[in-house]
Amino acid sequence: MTPALRGFALFGLVAVLLLGTGLLQGWNSALVILNMGLISALMALGLNLQWGFAGIFNVGVMGFVALGGLAVVIVSMPPVTVAWSAGGWRILLALAVGAATIIAAILLWRRMAKGRRRGLAVFALLLVGLSLYRALFDPARDAVEAIDPALAGYLGGLGLPVLLAWPAGGLLAAGAAWLIGKTALGLRADYLAIATLGISEIVIAVLKNEDWLSRGVKNVVGLPRPVPYEVDLQADPGFAAAAADLGLDPVTASTLAVKAEYGLLFAAVLVVVLVLAQLALRSPWGRMMRAIRDNETAASAMGKDVKRRHLQIFVLGSAVCGIAGAMMTTLDGQLVPAAYQPLRYTFLIWVMVIVGGSGNNFGSVLGGMLIWFLWVEVEPLGHWLLGIVTAPLPDGNALKMHLLGSAAHMRLLTMGIVLLVVLRFSPRGLLPER
Amino acid sequence: MDPLNALVVLANFVIVPAVAYGSQLALGALGVTLLFAVLRFANMAHGDTMAFGTMVTIFATWGLQAAGVSIAPLPTALLALPVGIAVTAALLYATDHMVYRFYRRHKVPSVILLIVSTGVMFVMNGLVRFLIGPGDQRFADGARFLITAREFETMTGLDEGLAIRSTQALTVVVAVVVVAWLFWFLNHTRTGKSMRAFSDNEDLALLSGINPERVVAVTWILVGALATIAGVLYGLDKSFMPFTYFQLLLPIFAAAIVGGLGSPVGAIAGGFVVAFSEVGVTYAFRKVADYLLPGNLEPPGLMQILATDYKFAVSFVILVIVLLFRPTGLFGGRAT
Repeated sequence: MTPALRGFALFGLVAVLLLGTGLLQGWNSALVILNMGLISALMALGLNLQWGFAGIFNVGVMGFVALGGLAVVIVSMPPVTVAWSAGGWRILLALAVGAATIIAAILLWRRMAKGRRRGLAVFALLLVGLSLYRALFDPARDAVEAIDPALAGYLGGLGLPVLLAWPAGGLLAAGAAWLIGKTALGLRADYLAIATLGISEIVIAVLKNEDWLSRGVKNVVGLPRPVPYEVDLQADPGFAAAAADLGLDPVTASTLAVKAEYGLLFAAVLVVVLVLAQLALRSPWGRMMRAIRDNETAASAMGKDVKRRHLQIFVLGSAVCGIAGAMMTTLDGQLVPAAYQPLRYTFLIWVMVIVGGSGNNFGSVLGGMLIWFLWVEVEPLGHWLLGIVTAPLPDGNALKMHLLGSAAHMRLLTMGIVLLVVLRFSPRGLLPER
Repeated sequence: MDPLNALVVLANFVIVPAVAYGSQLALGALGVTLLFAVLRFANMAHGDTMAFGTMVTIFATWGLQAAGVSIAPLPTALLALPVGIAVTAALLYATDHMVYRFYRRHKVPSVILLIVSTGVMFVMNGLVRFLIGPGDQRFADGARFLITAREFETMTGLDEGLAIRSTQALTVVVAVVVVAWLFWFLNHTRTGKSMRAFSDNEDLALLSGINPERVVAVTWILVGALATIAGVLYGLDKSFMPFTYFQLLLPIFAAAIVGGLGSPVGAIAGGFVVAFSEVGVTYAFRKVADYLLPGNLEPPGLMQILATDYKFAVSFVILVIVLLFRPTGLFGGRAT
């Protein structure tokens, strides 16, 4: 089979699976899987830029996805004006002081001669800066968080259209990736892995604990939507008439229409990123990246600035993950920091990239859709399977109850087995790199 | 000024918990570092290996408790520990046969093994959640305290109490015994020496007739034992929850890397560095300062550098600092 035919066949399989879901479990379920599949495909594309193009071992995808989610809150929620006057500006000032301290410390470290005096000077500077920061920050934070904590208790956002949050999420993730890349890139793969894992946990810890920013575990709910609400559609006589023409009742039609609109938006973003990634892969720049990946020493001997290129692609890939994260939070309509789990938002994306075929953009898209479908459908399948296995046991049997209750955990097991099988028998993935 | 009470407060809230936590991390990091020294990859599944070993031990403990076996005041889990170690070692050995051996024969780069271990991590994580569920399990029984705060107060006549939980004492004793045995094994037995030789120079070791499969098998058994012991001690001290064990990967790796990957002494030192920093940075020193400052001075605020939830940040910051200034770790580990 030629690669192109193989690609068509596999994408056809995804389409058949989704159509089957639609026929068996209802079109709403199929669209839900499709939408999240499109977002997963985008995350996989971002990671593929880093791992497939450049061989950067990033296990901090979750952190960038969460930053994208934060961007939705910052861009689209209306500002809490009382909170801003109570301490918002002071918080910004404190953050500026904190950042200035760190920059000054780095500059001082570079400028002064080596020795004990340098260490002491930098330490003193950090101590003074940190105290100043805390003195400015703590009262302001308490003031902001004290304002109507049940409904607000945070600064709110800028009140801009929510679609702007998607590029903003990319920018926020890119900024964070630049900072991280500056310190951590250039480490060996295993060190980089643990460093990025740590950073993603820190991002989640910040979202969970900095209530003034993201309301922490109280969650931000009711984020604005880029698509109309179902109730508004149902109230629209034109829409009801159109639905009746299709033979649908208005309620079902409205839920389907909203999901389809999201799907079109996501697909548009995915296509744009995919085209750009494909152009990049084929360009001299993409060839240089792969040359660096395959042999760093040779590439740097040829005069390529390996560190700079790595930083560049790390930032780009993280930005794509940030955009995907913003899209996901928009789809959910809420930011729930406690919902970010590394197995789901980092390692599952890795499974998608590896299974799809690292280094192949279409492979990542395929892996994203296919693995997401599996992730969702393994649970009902596992339940069904265990139902058959335990059928001979009497109802209320302890083992039967336990097995049926554990069906939800089948998905981790399945993902692990899928990853191991692909790595063993088809290490280049379903759609190998060309 | 009352330095004695200040010291007791410090011991009660920082030193004792950090020593216990540090011992647990050190045992975990020893497993990571041993595996790295021999098989040359960082095992992402180590946290879940700990969870698996602990789970088996918990099942064995429940069995023993149901049969009425008890070694009070010691926890029953201690008696069940060998079962946990045996099953975990068997699982790791089987995993090696089914998964890792293939890649070893093909001499793949270590980053591929890193990804393979991610797959193993998924499987083990799923297995643990499937068998015992994702919830919290407490399985500590026996005496709760070696010495309670009240006993300490009446004994010494100080204002502050020092409580030592029996699980904390047990952790330290077990860790010392295990580490002593491990170092004796590595330095004085034939198998241990062949392991070190294999780790230092694989080709030379093969030339002198060392059987690599045997070295690898012994390593997996040791890793299984260390992971199970570390996991059970952590679970006795705190509680068992699959997700917490997955998250332990971060401080354990930080400990192994800070000490220098591949260096057993480094792993132990790294464990304590990480534990003391984590506990010290997230502890509110107000009470200690209260006793140390002259009577009329009030300490400003809680004197807590970071909120407890940022403890991951501590492992991470230590990691970055060490890697920036001493890229091979404090005790000079090996490079891949």
